[in-house]
Amino acid sequence: MIYEIFRQEREGQPFQHGGSLEAPSLAFAGAYAREFYGRRDESFALWIVPREAVEEIREPYVADVFDRDYRRVDGYSLKVKLKEARERAGTA
Amino acid sequence: MSAREAEFLQYVEEGGAVETGDSMPDEYRAALIKFIEMHGNSELMGVLPEREWILRAPTLQRKLALTAKVQDEVGHSQLIYRVVEDLGKPREACLDDLISGKTKFHNVFHYPTKTWGDVAVIAWLVDAAAIISQKALLKCSYAPYARIMKKICWEESFHILHGRDCILALMTGTDEQRELVQEAVDRWWGPLMQFHGNPILAEEDPMYRWRIKSQANEEARQQFLDGYVPQIWELGLTVPDPKLRKRDDGVWEYSEPDWAELKHVVTGHGPKTEERLGFRRWSRDETAWVRSAVLADPA
Amino acid sequence: MQVADTVHLPRGKAFVNPDVDLFLQLADDELMLGWRNSEWTGIAPFLEEDVAFSSIAQTEIGHARAWYELAAEELGTDADALAFDREPDEYRCSPFVELRLVPDWARTIARHWLYETADAIRIADLKASDDPSVAGLAEKIDREETYHRMHADMWAERLRDEPRFLAAVDDLWPYSLGMLRDSQREQLCERVGRDPVDAIERGEHTEDLRPLWEDMTMVRRSVPGATW
Repeated sequence: MIYEIFRQEREGQPFQHGGSLEAPSLAFAGAYAREFYGRRDESFALWIVPREAVEEIREPYVADVFDRDYRRVDGYSLKVKLKEARERAGTA
Repeated sequence: MSAREAEFLQYVEEGGAVETGDSMPDEYRAALIKFIEMHGNSELMGVLPEREWILRAPTLQRKLALTAKVQDEVGHSQLIYRVVEDLGKPREACLDDLISGKTKFHNVFHYPTKTWGDVAVIAWLVDAAAIISQKALLKCSYAPYARIMKKICWEESFHILHGRDCILALMTGTDEQRELVQEAVDRWWGPLMQFHGNPILAEEDPMYRWRIKSQANEEARQQFLDGYVPQIWELGLTVPDPKLRKRDDGVWEYSEPDWAELKHVVTGHGPKTEERLGFRRWSRDETAWVRSAVLADPA
Repeated sequence: MQVADTVHLPRGKAFVNPDVDLFLQLADDELMLGWRNSEWTGIAPFLEEDVAFSSIAQTEIGHARAWYELAAEELGTDADALAFDREPDEYRCSPFVELRLVPDWARTIARHWLYETADAIRIADLKASDDPSVAGLAEKIDREETYHRMHADMWAERLRDEPRFLAAVDDLWPYSLGMLRDSQREQLCERVGRDPVDAIERGEHTEDLRPLWEDMTMVRRSVPGATW
């Protein structure tokens, strides 16, 4: 069975994919993961996941057909309104 | 070439990364498998000349270092064969083809190791030659392979230091010990010069077009000579090539390597090829029951 | 081949010191077992296991070195001299660790499992030693051994119905008993779940030792006294 190994390089960092290995069971996979991704003390923690449990989604979102700028920073232009508001308040 | 293939070619030429699940031309997939499989074979066969010397290492420190080095190489073959398997060729099929002589492995691993001098020279010079090629593979268009190359290059860094340390211990030792090194250099020079392959023009090599390889054979060899001949000479060692010299323009000149020997060796006729493949066959047969008993897919 | 009563060191100094004798027993056991286990490097049943088993061999040799260093302090020599510069009959290892088991994985795992189980008992006693350097070293070794035990138990569990493995444990059981002192053997019987049998004791070497020694020391002997 193939297991995917994710490793955390240092405490607090995200887990990143390290590689994969073949093992008879989760226990064996754990032993091997320690060796492959830990014998040089190079990982703070490991996740061991059977490959079949991992689902990959490529290009997760359909490209915007209709404009959805309301949820992006570039959808907001405040300069003109701010100038007018300051003029009104006499603070321009 | 079809439109899709042209599109793919443009994509990799412009630096695009290819992942396992991506659609790729059959030719690209086949070229990848062949190239990467040979690399895996080489790591696995490279273990055999060295492992005998683990048992004979003359100090506890050397025994530990050599065991760790060989362990790394086995680990590298695991990483590499996993990449090949995800491309469609299972590990057992790779091992079948290796043992039957159908697929190849690098020339240097077909030669005998005769003394502790060989152990030191291999870790110093043969590994150096290999690392130059490996660094170039960091830019491979096939991303899973480029990623394992990063881990491989990182682990190889101690191998070079270990090699140098062994060499320096011998070169500051007795006359007999110094002679071990010179004798080993004399024997390994030919295979080392052949290691990077005969010069092929990049434009003619599909491996470059697909960005599987990104360094020309001659460039790699020049890099090796530039890095290591000074190291060899500064220890008072000689290289068995009277023509070897560095020109004013920085290019190294040398006697033409024996390309016929290279071809002869990698097609399965090296001095130790038969014996080592036989040893692999034997150990694999003896442990077949273990794989049947514990792994999902029996041997 | 008997075990010599005295050990001759390069400087010709002979000794009969019980503590040093114990250190050498422990060191020689670990060195020989580490050497035998490293025979599998490159040819283990599958690649992942090859890497794991190689680490175990390295750790054993590291532990051997630590015990040699303790002995070396007492004797005024160094670990490498003790590891490599004695005659075969001067080693104090148990016959158990001398046996050549490659390419038999069942026997290898049987030894691995029996050895680790016995060693755990031995280490526990050493952790309670009056000598702080012994207790301290045993403590450090014990921490690393956790991984070995886990690995051995995992394989023993996986192979528990495999006839080859069961036959191997039968065969090697007397050897594993002989590894321990009399007072420790009952604990081993309990942990392994077997009745005691006539043990194969320390004191006499197997015929596997001399070829191992010749290979192990050949480079070292080729230039005596050299630095490598």
